[in-house]
Amino acid sequence: MKLAVWTYEGPPHVGAMRVVTGMRDLHMVLHAPQGDTYADLLFTMIERRNHRPPVSYTTFQARDLGADTAGMFMQSARDAHARFQPQALLVAASCTAELIQDDPGGLAETMGLPVPVIALDLPSYQRKENFGCDEAFLQICRTLARPMARTERVTCNIFGPTALGFRHRDDLAEITGLLSEMGIEVNVAAPMGASPADITRLGAAHFNVLLYPETAESAARWCEKELGQPFTKTIPIGVNATRAFIDEVRALSGSTLPVDDQRLRQPWWAASVDSTYLTGKRVFLFGDGTHVMAAAKVARDEMGFEVCGMGCYNREQARPLRALARDFGLEALITDDYLDVERAIEEAAPEMILGTQMERHIGKRLGIPCAVISAPVHVQDFPARYSPQMGFEGANVLFDTWVHPLVMGLEEHLLTMFREDFEFHDAAGPSHHGGKAHPLPLDQTAAHAAAAEAGSMPAPDALPQAAVPSLDNIVWLGCAERELKKIPFFVRGKARRNTEKFAVEKGLNEISVDTLYEAKAHYAR
Amino acid sequence: MSGGCTDTPVLKQRGQREVFCGLTGIIWLHRKMQDAFFLVVGSRTCAHLLQSAAGVMIFAEPRFGTAILEEKDLAGMADANAELDREVARLLERRPDIRQLFLVGSCPSEVIKLDLARAAQRLSAAHGPAVRVLNYSGSGIETTFTEGEDACLAAMVPALQETQAQELLLVGALPDVVEDQALDLLAQIGIAPVRCLPAKRAALDAAIGPNTRFALTQPFLGETHAALIRRGAQHISAPFPFGAEGTTLWLKDVAAAFGIGPEKVDQVVAAPRARAEKAIAAAAQTLRGKSIFFMPDSQLEIPLARFLTRECGMRALEVGTPYLHADLHGPELDLLAAGPVISEGQDVDLQLDRVRAARPDLTVCGLGLANPLEAEGLSTKWAIELVFTPIHFYEQAGDLAALFARPLRRRALLRGQHPNMLEAAE
Repeated sequence: MKLAVWTYEGPPHVGAMRVVTGMRDLHMVLHAPQGDTYADLLFTMIERRNHRPPVSYTTFQARDLGADTAGMFMQSARDAHARFQPQALLVAASCTAELIQDDPGGLAETMGLPVPVIALDLPSYQRKENFGCDEAFLQICRTLARPMARTERVTCNIFGPTALGFRHRDDLAEITGLLSEMGIEVNVAAPMGASPADITRLGAAHFNVLLYPETAESAARWCEKELGQPFTKTIPIGVNATRAFIDEVRALSGSTLPVDDQRLRQPWWAASVDSTYLTGKRVFLFGDGTHVMAAAKVARDEMGFEVCGMGCYNREQARPLRALARDFGLEALITDDYLDVERAIEEAAPEMILGTQMERHIGKRLGIPCAVISAPVHVQDFPARYSPQMGFEGANVLFDTWVHPLVMGLEEHLLTMFREDFEFHDAAGPSHHGGKAHPLPLDQTAAHAAAAEAGSMPAPDALPQAAVPSLDNIVWLGCAERELKKIPFFVRGKARRNTEKFAVEKGLNEISVDTLYEAKAHYAR
Repeated sequence: MSGGCTDTPVLKQRGQREVFCGLTGIIWLHRKMQDAFFLVVGSRTCAHLLQSAAGVMIFAEPRFGTAILEEKDLAGMADANAELDREVARLLERRPDIRQLFLVGSCPSEVIKLDLARAAQRLSAAHGPAVRVLNYSGSGIETTFTEGEDACLAAMVPALQETQAQELLLVGALPDVVEDQALDLLAQIGIAPVRCLPAKRAALDAAIGPNTRFALTQPFLGETHAALIRRGAQHISAPFPFGAEGTTLWLKDVAAAFGIGPEKVDQVVAAPRARAEKAIAAAAQTLRGKSIFFMPDSQLEIPLARFLTRECGMRALEVGTPYLHADLHGPELDLLAAGPVISEGQDVDLQLDRVRAARPDLTVCGLGLANPLEAEGLSTKWAIELVFTPIHFYEQAGDLAALFARPLRRRALLRGQHPNMLEAAE
């Protein structure tokens, strides 16, 4: 038993729903109690889908438990087939139905439905949403795909995009366009947009492009083994990764066509002088392993940020993420406990978070700007505009999205110079975000000024005698505390942390204004 | 027009029910009871529902959480009770401000027969008297959407102190602003003291007894109603306080139970009632003559159909409710003019066939169905907004009508723009 406040992933049957809902002419019958239909709103509200997910639920209640829940399941399957006429039927159980052990797969098999029936085994008490995606797509491929003659021209399949994925719609479009420039046609993109009939044609492609290991790696591995199709390992997020992806595709396909990068603006935007203020900004990354690993490289190598922490919530990606974190001189945080992540961020005191919707909460609470780089998603993460993360346009999007939450360069300087201006003070936040700035009460600014002017320190004997200095017992003198408050909010956390670390190293029990500035000089870059 | 819909045969179908489970009620209950924590003992699905149903996740740390059952809890390798005790102890240590802890049962906890009533007793003994631990079921197999609040309040009733005092008890979680308005009106009419269930804090809990008269402010509190009667309290049967008419009738029935005549009520409510009627009239300009179809959701459907047909001039085609509680809905059915289909329960596919055939001007439905129907050119009203928005009593009557008018006004504003409805001007 584990207490969860917020969860990063839903249950595995929601993952299976993401696959089915992304596809066409496929239907799922889910053995589930009343109430599990809430999952429909994820798709119709968050993603604004204009159709109900192709899922029929048995919605059994307590009074049915003593009766014939297996019969209810079979009735639902018959009704669903008759009404929706799918090319194939997926059957599965949600967490409660798993406990009553009706065996939907076995029941459906006995019914003699005239379409392929694909039974999913989704262990709800062990696994989570990404597993559900990956497993559902694997079973669909295993049931329907067979080796066959390759297309004459070089073609590939694209694997991974699902319903409710973070920017999957636009990544798919961007990568399809990139492949097209290289003279490679997409045979089937799946799950998103594919029908069961399309899945039977998977084997005609020469290789597979895997966009999201979280949702489709097992299928890619199965196709490699059973259909003889190699698959791409590079995730084309960021300029360097996109170029590496192009090289990988060239090696797999023999394509020599040039790729037009005229639309790529990110490198100049990052190099231009206005971006100088981004230098060394400390960022903390958290999300799914794939997006975090890609974003960490972009943050360091393409934006000039300093990565001060990284982690992921999906254990499946723990190993490669730990290895990458070591390269960055960091220890990876692998957890799906929101409170652990919050603690780690508070500890690292970054200037920006690149995270999920959860980290937006954390950022809001701690006053740290945050940009979203990964699922779990919210309605805001489905913009009307074209907004991929992958490919060259994706690199442009990353630049804009990551810079937007920050205080702009010259504004940062002004805040530092006139930090006690009663209207333009740091608590007002970045001025381009439209939050209402509350004027500081005048007596407060006056008090600050007076304290700074006097620079007075309390008498030494008024202070508690601390033992060995450590981060836990160090004391901020009043004047130093006030001076710290004059440092703009977006660097205050770093200043506090560095000063305390400096004081401990120097064996100081208390921090004065002098300590603060000595630490500043010590850490100056 | 005595009788209304009372004798209308009820259409009952069984199939897929597209409704929330009772856990959803935690979303508003945890804000109403400021020193309570709701601990769902369930699965990852329960936790996922709670954060999804909240739509926008709440930025403050919520006063609810899920103790997620894992494989080892089910396989008997871990003693689920010991695990629960440990999680509760950790939670209470981290949140010393908590005075009431609700252990909320879920589908999986009920299927594996985890005895939360005993767990609540055990934990009350361990953490009381500072913390009171109660339990109820919010599972989908036992409760539908608003029945979660009903189960929660019903669980609180046996723990209330005994009193012989003549008091009025208002039952149902109302937004604070609405509760204050209701108390003010009742005080002016001359009814005092008035207690509320649930109270904002455990220390303010009402006491009840044979001289307690209680009035429901929500139509879905059947179990709570029964629990209060078991404690000897007397129910004041009345239409629900939605709209100017409903509010007036409700106040008059409550006043009558305290021996106060309708003239006194009329005198006190004259001004707010006139304001409410004026505000309703503004929204009714949009609503008059329009047809409405209610999918079953919150049990608010019958009172709202009564309000929208009688005070806003709408035409009800079908009024679906998850459960039709004859005792509670009787006065409402009397008022609702015969005509609409009254349906209880659901086969969602068959019901959607009826919606498509009837093409109502407005369909009240859950979030899973709203966009698909909008995409077919049918205007919808999210039912969940009706439990998240202040809609009771006079000052909110205009807002309530406006909630239904807004989708129709929006459709009119965007005429010719809808991608699937490039309709010619009528």
